[in-house]
Order: sequence, then structure tokens, then C-alpha cells
Amino acid sequence: MKIVLDHLTKKFPSRNKKEHGEVTAVGDFCFEIPDGKLVGLLGPSGCGKSTTLNLICGLLKPTEGKIFFGDDDVTGLPPENRGVGLVFQNYALYPHLTVRKNIQFPLENLKGDAKLSKEEIDGKVYAAAKLVQIDGLMERRPSELSGGQQQRVAIARALVKMPRVLLLDEPLSNLDARLRLQTREEIRRIQKETKITTIFVTHDQDEAMSISDLIVVMKDGYVQQIGKPQEVYDNPVNLFVAKFLGTPPINVFDGRVKDGMLYIGEDVVLKAEGIPDQEVHAGIRPEGFVLREDGPLHLQMSRLEVMGRDVSIVSGHPCCQSETIRSIIPAESNVDPASDTIRFALKPAKVYLFNKTTEERIYLER
Amino acid sequence: MEKQNFKGWLYLIPAILFLGVFMIYPLVDVFVYSFEEGYNSASQTYLGTGGYNYSYVLHDPYFLQAVKNTFILVIITVPVSTLLALLISMGLSSIKPLRNLFQTVYFLPYVTNTLAVGLVFMILFKKTAYSDGLVNLLINLFGGSSVDFIDGPYWAKMFVLCFYTVWVVLPFKILILTSALASVNQVYYNAAKVDGTSSFRIFRKITIPMISPMIFYLVITGFIGAFKAYSDAVALFGTNLNAAEMNTIVGYVYDMLYGDSGGYPSYASAAAILLFAIVLTITCINLLVSRKHVHYAD
Repeated sequence: MKIVLDHLTKKFPSRNKKEHGEVTAVGDFCFEIPDGKLVGLLGPSGCGKSTTLNLICGLLKPTEGKIFFGDDDVTGLPPENRGVGLVFQNYALYPHLTVRKNIQFPLENLKGDAKLSKEEIDGKVYAAAKLVQIDGLMERRPSELSGGQQQRVAIARALVKMPRVLLLDEPLSNLDARLRLQTREEIRRIQKETKITTIFVTHDQDEAMSISDLIVVMKDGYVQQIGKPQEVYDNPVNLFVAKFLGTPPINVFDGRVKDGMLYIGEDVVLKAEGIPDQEVHAGIRPEGFVLREDGPLHLQMSRLEVMGRDVSIVSGHPCCQSETIRSIIPAESNVDPASDTIRFALKPAKVYLFNKTTEERIYLER
Repeated sequence: MEKQNFKGWLYLIPAILFLGVFMIYPLVDVFVYSFEEGYNSASQTYLGTGGYNYSYVLHDPYFLQAVKNTFILVIITVPVSTLLALLISMGLSSIKPLRNLFQTVYFLPYVTNTLAVGLVFMILFKKTAYSDGLVNLLINLFGGSSVDFIDGPYWAKMFVLCFYTVWVVLPFKILILTSALASVNQVYYNAAKVDGTSSFRIFRKITIPMISPMIFYLVITGFIGAFKAYSDAVALFGTNLNAAEMNTIVGYVYDMLYGDSGGYPSYASAAAILLFAIVLTITCINLLVSRKHVHYAD
């Protein structure tokens, strides 16, 4: 089931009574989610991603715009008629019901022709439980389950009706780091098996990048960029997206373009042909640094962090907008931790220039 | 560890002393009194010990009347008041405008004096040779004939007593249930809504189990409160409750001690112990039933 969001807008009345007006939680969201894809809605807290999810599932009504599931306009439909499954951030499992009863709860709501026999319900509940591998815990209460197991039950409950669309609100945020890795693979597997169009919300870019077919980066209610994770990472449209994606984060310098060259401080680091002279934000991915003795960029070395597979050099530069610069280089590189300055050449594809005021990307000629 | 224990006991001493003198000692004393036959409070002497006091009380038609009244009161008012409170608090939690006003209005009976309320009820329900109360005027309006609810037939008096009791206990129950409802996480309702749950099913399968500990608390305290009813009957029907056939068990105990026919602490004690036994039994049954139906969040 493809999902089309057509100029979707949600405004809330301002909380502050003295200050009239509205807060735009989601502004003019246009997007077509292809059938059977896993889409990550990504952004810092308060960016409108959960609101978008609630609009899609129908718990909120949009102020403007339309939502289509396939060719059906579902904008006016209540949640129960949309055929969505929703997994809540804190799972919202009914604490007084066993796992089995939690999973069969949505099935028991069906009325009329859709009403299922006891055997059919049991079969579907079992299939859903099997899918998320909790079929051994059916008679337990949610309080007797671990966080990861509760999460699985919540997914089983959302899937048991075979919804057209599966929505997950911060599905991994209540899990510990190891379980998070495991569960996100699990979500990916379940989504692949069921081929249900799935949208999940997260503020963790790692999570979104690792399992999504497409990611949508949002900020202050507006979509910044949509694309495949790697494309968005490699080609951010503005400074916000560049900063939001990637761990360790991108290093941003105050740079300037003069006579077709990019300057960081006094160092001429890169050709920037065809770009008019101006001040810019120069973002350099940690992996964009190449250790070279005659490299143009001089950084003040502060320490070396060995992480096994590779080495992270922590250094500083007066033009850098953060205290420290992190660059990642292969572990076999020969770095003298005692040296004061360290010199780098830059990979042009990992350097992004952004307009000083609008923070929009300035594309380099390659 | 030893020292900690000692300190713990030290802190408990004031409460233990107070409870011991004013609760436990009288309780034991009542129990002892109830087996002392022919006790004379003036000479502080008694003839012997045995079960005669119980036998007397159990054969006293006034006591049987009181037990019957109390049971009717309990059986009618506890479920009715709890259900009504549940409905009203559901209503209160679903409205937005004027909610505080309504909450205040529903809470007013709680802060009003029992006797004052009784007086108002008497005026509402009374019928004399010359005038009808408001309720009778209403009955007349719909073509019925006047009924004397205060001095008339048994069922009419019982109706007023039940009505009054429900009205008096409602505010507290509404208060408890409104806060219980407010404490149910909205996310459960959202989850149920997405799954297409009908509102009746949400109420039955989610709301009720979620607030069941509070409902259970209200039922238990409601039972105990209704079994201890006395002042309500006095407020409506005056102190001579035996004559009005409206006595309650506590009323009977009081009459046996201080009433016109009073001066029998032994009988009063026996009746009080019987009441205790009844309340204990009912509460145990409640606890047993609740084990299956009450869901505590853990």
C-alpha cells in the first residue's frame, strides 16, 4: 500500500494564552511512500515527526492537506477504518491482560462479516506471535516481560490484523543499546516478511540510517530532505541535515571562498571553482580527512582515540565551530600523538559548503 | 539492626499507646461484656457468663428489624452509589467547559452537615395533613397520589433512606473515581482507538480494569460505611427509630446503651460483636471476589 501525503499541515493553537496565533507542528508535508517500503521519519524532538505519525494513523486530524492510502482518501476516516497498526513508544500494552489477550484484542473488535471464529483468532494470534518470536510467552502479563519482549508483543498486536500500514513511534527508545541493535534488525526482518508499508519515527539517526529504505529528515515541522539513507548522508541539502546525520558528527568550520579557493583560516584547503567569493560554513565529515605530511589543513593535535578498527584524532582549530574536531583514519596510520600540529588533505566528496546565512548547500563543481 | 529495631518501636510507642487505650482495650472489653450475663453497670456486677446475650439479641424483633433494614440499605446503596458515581465521573472527565463548576457542585454534599441535609430531605419528602413536600407535588403533577415518605409506609421510608444515603456518599466516590479515571494513561485509549474498539468495549475492557483497585476500595469502604449507618436514619426519622421501623444495627446498639429502653451494655455489646462478625464476613468475601477481578498495576 503506497501512502501519499499531500500538503499535509497540522497547526495547534498556541499554548501561551497571551500570545495569540498557532504553532505549526507539521507544515506542508508532501511525500509519496512507495508500497512495501520501510521509511524512517527522523528529526530532533519537537520536529513534528510524531505528529506526522498521528496524522497518518488518524489520531489527529490535519488542519490542511490530504492523506491517501493507495488511491483511497483516508483524511476524514477515523483510525479504526484506516487499517493501520500502531506501536507506541511505551508499547501501551494493556497491563491487566496476558500476552495472548493483548494480541487478540484488535481481532475481538471486529464486527459483522469480519467477525472471526475462535479458531481463526487463535490461528492469527499464534501466527503473529510466531512472527515476532514470543509464542512461548503467551500466558504472561506485560509486567513479567522484558522491555524487548514487550516491544515484540506490541508489534504482534499491531500486526495481527494485517494492517495496510504499520506505524512505529520511537520503537527502540526504551530499550538498552544491545537490545536496540537486535530489535532494529528484527523490525527490518518482520517488515521484509510481511511486506507491509512501514513508517517509523526516531530521533536516532543511526537507527534510521541502518534499517530504512528511505529517510525523511524533519526540522521544526518542515521536511528538510527525503532520500535513501546513504544519499542523504552523502548529499545533505543544508547544514541542519549535514549536522544531524553521522556519528561522530560532521565538523563545521567558518570558511570563506576567495578566487575559487576554499580557505579555512589561512589554509587553502580545496578548489571551489565557480563559487562567488563569500563567507561559508564548511562541513567536513570525519572520514573526509586524509593524513598527509604536506596536507594543506593544519590542526592542533590534542589526542588520539584508538577504536580498534580505526583511529579517531581529536584536534582543534580556531575556525572550527565546535571545541573539537574529530577525524577518523585507518588504524594502521602512523600518527605521533606527541606532535603539536597535524596536517590533513581533504576528500572533496566529503566536504560540503553551506551559505552563511541561509545554511543552504552550495554545490561544488566536481 | 538491633538498635534500628529499638528505634522503630520507640517511634511507634505514641500510636500504639493511643490505639491500645482507645481502640484495642475497648474492643476486648466489648467482647468480654458480650458474654457477661445480667451485667449491672451501676454495681458493676454480673450473674454469670454465657451466650444468653446473643440469644436475647438474636430473638429481639427490633434487632431483626434493624438487621433487615441494614442489609436492604447495604444491598441497594452500595451498588447504586458506586455505579452512579462511576457514570457521573465518566461524564465529568469527558466534558471540558464548566468541569470545575460541576465538580464543585457534585462535591457539595460532602461538606454539608448530615442533619442539615436530613432536614432538607424531610422538607422535600414530607407530607402533612395541610401540605405536601416538593416530591409529592411532583407525584401529583404526574397524576399520582401523595405518599408520606417520612411517617408513611415502610417501602416509602426505606426509599427515602436509600436515596439520602446514596446522595450523601456520592461526592467522595465521585472524587476518588474522577482522579482514578484521570490517572489512566491516554495512550491505552489511543491504542484501543487505533484497533477500532467500540467505546463500550473500551469502558468494559480497559477503563474498568484500570480503575478496578479504586472501585474495589470504594465497594469495601461503602459496605463498611453502610453497615455502620445510623446518623442518616436519625436525621430523617428522629431518634425513636424502633417505632419508625427504621432502626439500623448501630442504632440498635445505641438504643440498648442510651435509648429509652436502654441500660443494657451486655446486649449492646453482643449486637456490636454480631455487626463486627457480619462486616468481617462481607469484607472477606469482597477480598476473595476481588482477587479475581481487581488488577493492580505492578
